[in-house]
Amino acid sequence: MTEIRKAVTEMTTTNPTADQTNPTHMAKPSAMGSALLRLEAATVRYGERAALDAVDLAVAEHEIVSVLGPSGSGKSTLLRAVAGLRPLDAGRVLLDGADQRGVPPHRRGVGLMFQDHQLFPQRDVGGNVGFGPRMHKAPREQREHRVAELLELVGLPGAQGRAVAALSGGEQQRVALARALAPEPRLLMLDEPLGQLDRSLRERLVVELRQLFGRLGTTVLAVTHDQGEAFALADRVVVMRDGTIAQTGTPLEVWQHPADEFVARFLGFDSITDAVVAGGAATTEWGTLPVPPGTPQGPCRLLVRPTGVLLSAAPAPAPAPASAADEGALRCEVVARTFRGGHVAVTLRPERGPRLEAECALRAAPREGDTVAVTFDPQDVVALPA
Amino acid sequence: MSVLRTGHGRGAGTGDRRGVQDGAARAARTRAALVRGALMALPLLFFAAFFGYPVAAIVGRGLHQGGRWQFGRVGDVLGDPAVRHVLWFTCWQAAASTALTLLLALPGAYVLARLDFPGRRLLRAVVTVPFVLPTVVAGSAFLALLGRDGFTDSLLGVRLDTSVWAILIAHVFFNYAVVVRTVGGLWAQLDPAQEEAARMLGAGRLAAWRRVTLPALLPSVAAAALMVFLFTFTSFGVIQILGGPTYSTLEVEIYRQTAEVFDLPTAAVLTLVQFAAVLAILALHGWTVRRRESALRLVDPARTAHRPGGPGERALLGAVLAVVALVVLLPLGVLVARSFDTPNGYGLAFYRALGSTDGGTFSVAPWQTVGNSLRFAAVATVIALVVGGLAAAALVRRSGRLLRGFDALLMLPLGTSAVTIGFGFLIALDKPPLDLRDSWLLVPLAQALVGAPFVVRVMLPVLRAVDDRLREAAAVLGASPWRVWREVDLPMVSRAAAIAAGFAFAVSLGEFGATVFIARPDDPTLPVAVARLLGRAGPMNYGQAMALSTVLMAVCAASLLVLENLRTPSAGEL
Repeated sequence: MTEIRKAVTEMTTTNPTADQTNPTHMAKPSAMGSALLRLEAATVRYGERAALDAVDLAVAEHEIVSVLGPSGSGKSTLLRAVAGLRPLDAGRVLLDGADQRGVPPHRRGVGLMFQDHQLFPQRDVGGNVGFGPRMHKAPREQREHRVAELLELVGLPGAQGRAVAALSGGEQQRVALARALAPEPRLLMLDEPLGQLDRSLRERLVVELRQLFGRLGTTVLAVTHDQGEAFALADRVVVMRDGTIAQTGTPLEVWQHPADEFVARFLGFDSITDAVVAGGAATTEWGTLPVPPGTPQGPCRLLVRPTGVLLSAAPAPAPAPASAADEGALRCEVVARTFRGGHVAVTLRPERGPRLEAECALRAAPREGDTVAVTFDPQDVVALPA
Repeated sequence: MSVLRTGHGRGAGTGDRRGVQDGAARAARTRAALVRGALMALPLLFFAAFFGYPVAAIVGRGLHQGGRWQFGRVGDVLGDPAVRHVLWFTCWQAAASTALTLLLALPGAYVLARLDFPGRRLLRAVVTVPFVLPTVVAGSAFLALLGRDGFTDSLLGVRLDTSVWAILIAHVFFNYAVVVRTVGGLWAQLDPAQEEAARMLGAGRLAAWRRVTLPALLPSVAAAALMVFLFTFTSFGVIQILGGPTYSTLEVEIYRQTAEVFDLPTAAVLTLVQFAAVLAILALHGWTVRRRESALRLVDPARTAHRPGGPGERALLGAVLAVVALVVLLPLGVLVARSFDTPNGYGLAFYRALGSTDGGTFSVAPWQTVGNSLRFAAVATVIALVVGGLAAAALVRRSGRLLRGFDALLMLPLGTSAVTIGFGFLIALDKPPLDLRDSWLLVPLAQALVGAPFVVRVMLPVLRAVDDRLREAAAVLGASPWRVWREVDLPMVSRAAAIAAGFAFAVSLGEFGATVFIARPDDPTLPVAVARLLGRAGPMNYGQAMALSTVLMAVCAASLLVLENLRTPSAGEL
């Protein structure tokens, strides 16, 4: 969870390029005039099941879009449909406004970096990176120059002659990236780009990738099941569910306002319950919770982010539990605590209602079996559609 | 930073376009089918013209008489006690040969797959030599070993050439490699961790083997057994030379009825019977192979081999070496020794005689048949590579019952009576547009028919092992379908193609049953010359046959040794 939050914070603070030089990012996709990539009601079926179900999506030039979703949600099918590796059963794929129906993969001018890299085993690093330019009939000199330039760019200068089998996972990933960039595709697609790498490498590479794409002005459509990766990489996140788009927005928007319970749970939020909002408060099993101003009135599902669950030492066991609720504090038993580095994640069993996830500082963390009193911060309470 | 509520479910709506069936998916499927069809056209045409047509012609010649189909003949022929006797012998000798081969070769499969000892590669090449050796040569080798004045006769006073044992042992000699390669190829790649996992769960050494390794191996054992059964069921050259007048298989009987008795209707019925039996065997084989392909954990064979440890494994290695020495090396050795054993002591007299036409057996010197054979085999190899390569390329993407049928159909020429094919060529390909009576191409065409199935067998697993996403990666990088094939597929299959070519070459070199019919008298191939020399009396002819056989064996062994160095793990099917 920290990773994600860190990424979101970085996003809002240290990443001015995306927001300032490219105001279109903040606009709704439908409002964009000419998208580089546009999907219209794109549908792909495997037998009876629709892997892509009438998906509409637009990606503007220079934009980095992450498609996020659990496995089987249709993310990879989306990439394959855009690349032309899987024909559409209905709908259209447009690149620069041109319908791609009947255009074979090698004439679409898009790049695809495969999940497990798929480097050509019988060629060395230079042969792999130079493959695309060679297919596009670039003269040898220009090709070699381009290969050297790209290897420099991905941090493997002079690696042309190395065998791909001798590369580490991270190096393979860099070569695959250089290979995908070499033919200068108008759209670069990444399928689980960092999927098989270990965690520390992944966290470093995702920052590098974002900086690199920003410098090159590459338009990127990346697919991942890891929200930390998606949030750290993308200007805009698209959450998919069962072949349809569940939500799209900036990482911050999606994080702060999940469109529905599915998205919220996919992001790792589990403290969700039924509620009725009236005025500035919501009535739930956990008691009456304050909600932020502007929250829609009426019944809804209510999400409390772990940061909004505030713990304090429980008062001595009250003779009547109902009175505790009236005071606004909810008595909970601590059933589990997990050390997460900077903070401790605490699982609570309230005296009524579903379990709650809380986050607190290491020093203030209660022990398992303790009883604590819980109050809620309205900034971290979100109403989801019922 | 302001917080925007984003739209939810943008996938909804736009129903007007959703209803329009694009048809692009269907178009792509149609295109793929067209490409497959185009690739398949040449192999289909080849097999139709040079396999289906001649076989149909000979069956028609036999059963279509007086303007009517004489299907009554089928009953008559099958009711004949002599024919029933041949059928019975064909079946039981094939079953006995298969059982004996499995018994002797399964330990060999284990030793060559799992034990690491000096000379392992050489041994693997050595046991494969007989498989590509012409049946005629093998027959003469066993005659020299077990026959009158042969090795065992002069040493022990035992003659086996009139007994069925000679046939059975010769069949083991031939098919040892089939079992070692098919079963051993898989055995070498089975993950030992599976057996270790069973051991950790409390299974004893034997129980772990029985419950984990054996079930994984069984389908490949079954596939190998069926292959051996198929080869021995249709055995011709071995029986022709070793069977004498007593023992006759279906194939030999077809030859006798066609070439000696001229009873074409009987030959046609027997051809159909053999055809049906072979189809059944191939269907069974295909079924076991498909089961073999199902979800096994395979690893690099180099990782599974270990040095023989303990008295048990050393004894096993010794026993396998002894069997190989007795069944494989001894006959070959005796053959070579006989080729030097002239009436005037050891010398090169028989080899020298190969260079002259004095013998009067041929209008050309026997030596020249080596050149003939090499030339024919080279052309046959090219044809087999083109036909088999195209068929393999078309079959890569497994789909549909029809294609699977085609897969099995490609094996059919291997099991069909070579005699029928040879004679069919003579009576079918004698009028325009396929008038090849006087063409030298007739021989390579018949040989390619036997070579092409090997090419498909060797190339298909390798082509199927190429990850489809590598092809997709190339396509996305801008390679057209043709470039994808050239840049991705070709480099990976070039080794397999070389191996396939080697097999096709060796098999063409040794083809006898069909060639004996269609080779022109003044242009015989090496195996045909050997058979003719063996058919004539006198030590000079016999010695020349042995010398010529030795030459053929040397050529086959040389090409095999080259192959062994090219061998890839995934190309070990045959």
